[in-house]
Amino acid sequence: MKPYMKFGILIAVVVSTLAWLAIGGVEDTKTYYKTVPELQAMGQAALSKRLRVGGDVVKGSIQRNGKEVTFEIVPIGGGKPAERVKIFYNGNDPLPDTLRDGAQALADGRLQPDGTFHAAKIQAKCASKYEGKPGAVKPGQAPTYSRPEATSKS
Amino acid sequence: MENLGSLALLLAFSVSIFALLASVVGGLRKNGFLLAASQRAVYGVWSLITLASALLVYALVNGDYRLQYVALHANTAMPVMYKIAAWWGGQEGSLLFWSWILATYSFVVVLTNRKPYRPMMPWVTAILMATQVFFLILNCFVVPPFNVWAIGKGIINLPDGQGLNPLLQYWTMAIHPPMLYLGYVGFVVPFAFAVGSLIARMPGDEWIHTTRRWTLVTWLFQTIGITLGMGWAYSVLGWGGYWGWDPVENASLLPWITATAFLHSVMMQEKKGMMKIWNIVLVSGTFFLCIFGTMLTRSGLVQSVHAFAVSSIGNYFATFIAIGIAGTVWLILDRMEYLKTESHLESVVSRESSFLFNNLFLLASCFAVLWGTLFPVISEAVNGEKISVDAPFFNRVNIPIGLFLLFLTGVGPLVAWRRSTVDSLKRNFLWPAIAMLGLMVGLYGAGVRNGYALMSFGLCLFVGATILSEFYKGTVAIAAKESMSFINAFVELTHRNTRRYGGYIVHMGIVLMFIGFTGAAFNRDATVEVQMGKTFNIGRYELKITELKDGENDNYAWMKAAVDISVGGEKIGTLEPERRLYKVSRQGTSEVAIRRRLNEDLYLNFAAMAQQGQGAIIQAYVFPLVSWIWVGFWVVLIGTLICLVPSKIKYSYARTQVVATGVAAKPEQHAQA
Repeated sequence: MKPYMKFGILIAVVVSTLAWLAIGGVEDTKTYYKTVPELQAMGQAALSKRLRVGGDVVKGSIQRNGKEVTFEIVPIGGGKPAERVKIFYNGNDPLPDTLRDGAQALADGRLQPDGTFHAAKIQAKCASKYEGKPGAVKPGQAPTYSRPEATSKS
Repeated sequence: MENLGSLALLLAFSVSIFALLASVVGGLRKNGFLLAASQRAVYGVWSLITLASALLVYALVNGDYRLQYVALHANTAMPVMYKIAAWWGGQEGSLLFWSWILATYSFVVVLTNRKPYRPMMPWVTAILMATQVFFLILNCFVVPPFNVWAIGKGIINLPDGQGLNPLLQYWTMAIHPPMLYLGYVGFVVPFAFAVGSLIARMPGDEWIHTTRRWTLVTWLFQTIGITLGMGWAYSVLGWGGYWGWDPVENASLLPWITATAFLHSVMMQEKKGMMKIWNIVLVSGTFFLCIFGTMLTRSGLVQSVHAFAVSSIGNYFATFIAIGIAGTVWLILDRMEYLKTESHLESVVSRESSFLFNNLFLLASCFAVLWGTLFPVISEAVNGEKISVDAPFFNRVNIPIGLFLLFLTGVGPLVAWRRSTVDSLKRNFLWPAIAMLGLMVGLYGAGVRNGYALMSFGLCLFVGATILSEFYKGTVAIAAKESMSFINAFVELTHRNTRRYGGYIVHMGIVLMFIGFTGAAFNRDATVEVQMGKTFNIGRYELKITELKDGENDNYAWMKAAVDISVGGEKIGTLEPERRLYKVSRQGTSEVAIRRRLNEDLYLNFAAMAQQGQGAIIQAYVFPLVSWIWVGFWVVLIGTLICLVPSKIKYSYARTQVVATGVAAKPEQHAQA
């Protein structure tokens, strides 16, 4: 066999193996981005897919109970009360420090039949508005955690 | 002052356009006067951008909060170091920083190369200045750093700024962006020389010899930058990882991968005259990935990946990249005759082949990472639905690639050029292979069942053994011949061929890093709510909260939990994880406490106060072997620096074949091979 044939075959084997791994990886981990109204419009179809839903955290809705955290989000820029989605999280990774009232949050997970969204991962970005007085809250009291994706390095 | 800064940038913009035109026209007409003018203009651009940058830094340090940029990224209570770091802490400033580094590089290139490489220099200058013009367009017209708040028109005067994002107020984060930028921007130089030599129709590899040091140094900066980012994520973000396959991280990794491929495949061109087109493609690809990385980080395309705010700056980058790629492709096609290969592949088991597969795997990894990062954008374009892929996707593709590359790290440098005999393979690899199998069987017997981890540890031993035996054989030979002590002979060996032995040391560093990566297969974690005085366990550690304290300073308020650590009833230390609340930005951060040891790290995060009573929610992790990543990094750093030292003896390429023809034991041949 000519060397170039051998190289061709080897390269084909390598590339197809990697492609196979990649396709499997995509199938297993793909997550659909949805806004809050899109999520609510999906109906039953929403229950079977991994979803990532984003919205603004409703003021005062963040509640901690031991390891579990719940909060509500509305469409970015505000929305009607009917458009609220309740997010439930009890994962092991720390929540982002940036998750607080008014922040934009992204939750990865699955919608449950009761309408709450069980998140496996939460990302958050602080609202860009200049707000609040310094030193009003002591650290540790606010139920905030940290998580990398939250930090746009800008 | 803001007027002076803006004016300096506008002038720099005009002068850089002049430098671009003067070098192109001067190059075409061989007009020495115009060329000299363009070189002076390059110095002028640097001076003007330096002035603008100095003004911005001055405003940041002195708290001129009339400026939007200063008000949004600095405040009075911040330490001076972070005030300066705020220069690259935000959009406008970091793009100015990009421009400034580019101008500095251009200055140095023109200053050091204007005499020795006359024929291609006008084109090199032109490429550098074209890039400079692009960034100055951004600095002057798209994201100007000297905007003033419209005080009096609805905005009250600001006595103090918002401060730098607290997560960025950490020493590695202060120097991580400059390192990464030095690496990103630096690749414009090899690219400019490659394209310059093509435009000037210069046959041969002169651009490669000229830029070898640049390439290594910028690669080193990229490596330092990426590792600092990993170290920052590990010690600041509190989730215990160092790599999350975040788009921003991927953006920094992509050019590093192609740069690594380039550093290897360039040897094929130097020694065999092969892969000439490929090398131009790689160096251009790296440059455009650097620009693309900046775009991903800076444009908000990343945020749009996360469904966050979008910025228009991405269009400018996309245009620049599109024009650049189109120009480069046209140039390569047009100058194909200067890029003819001088020899051909002969055998699958040969040095050439190992370089080929090294490049194939690196590029496959680069493509997979790029694909995964852009998947939401691609899927939205194809079927209108934004779909993202997650860390498991990246791991599934990149772990096998990484292991195969690790394997090549051991095999590649010892396989002969052209073709290898079974005999030489046996001599070089028999014992390392036996050791590898022995270790894998031993670990399996000890209860390790993770296939990838077994392979990785085995390969680490295999590669480490081949490298050490190379050093050992060479050192013993020199020690015997020159009657030197073992240590002197070791230094002599390395000094005789710094590229080869420096390269081995870099490979050794990579092996150590892989040991650290593999440790992740055995991570443990626990999240617990504990009352004061109570204990909980993770791994072999027994943890007990003994005290909760708090306090504050100008910049932030803090709260610490003192946690006593015992193993087997014996106290071995105290860790104090901390939570901070930065006053101005009202953002909380957690300062994790880590007990770093070479065998494993104990990592505590103070997540929050307990809901009831006096206690805390603590996240505890045990990370086996993770310190080896940082140890490996230092070894890579030392190895790269050794590569930069000139070799004592000019080696000749033909000697490399000695390994294959079976007289490898002879000392000086080995040392020079």
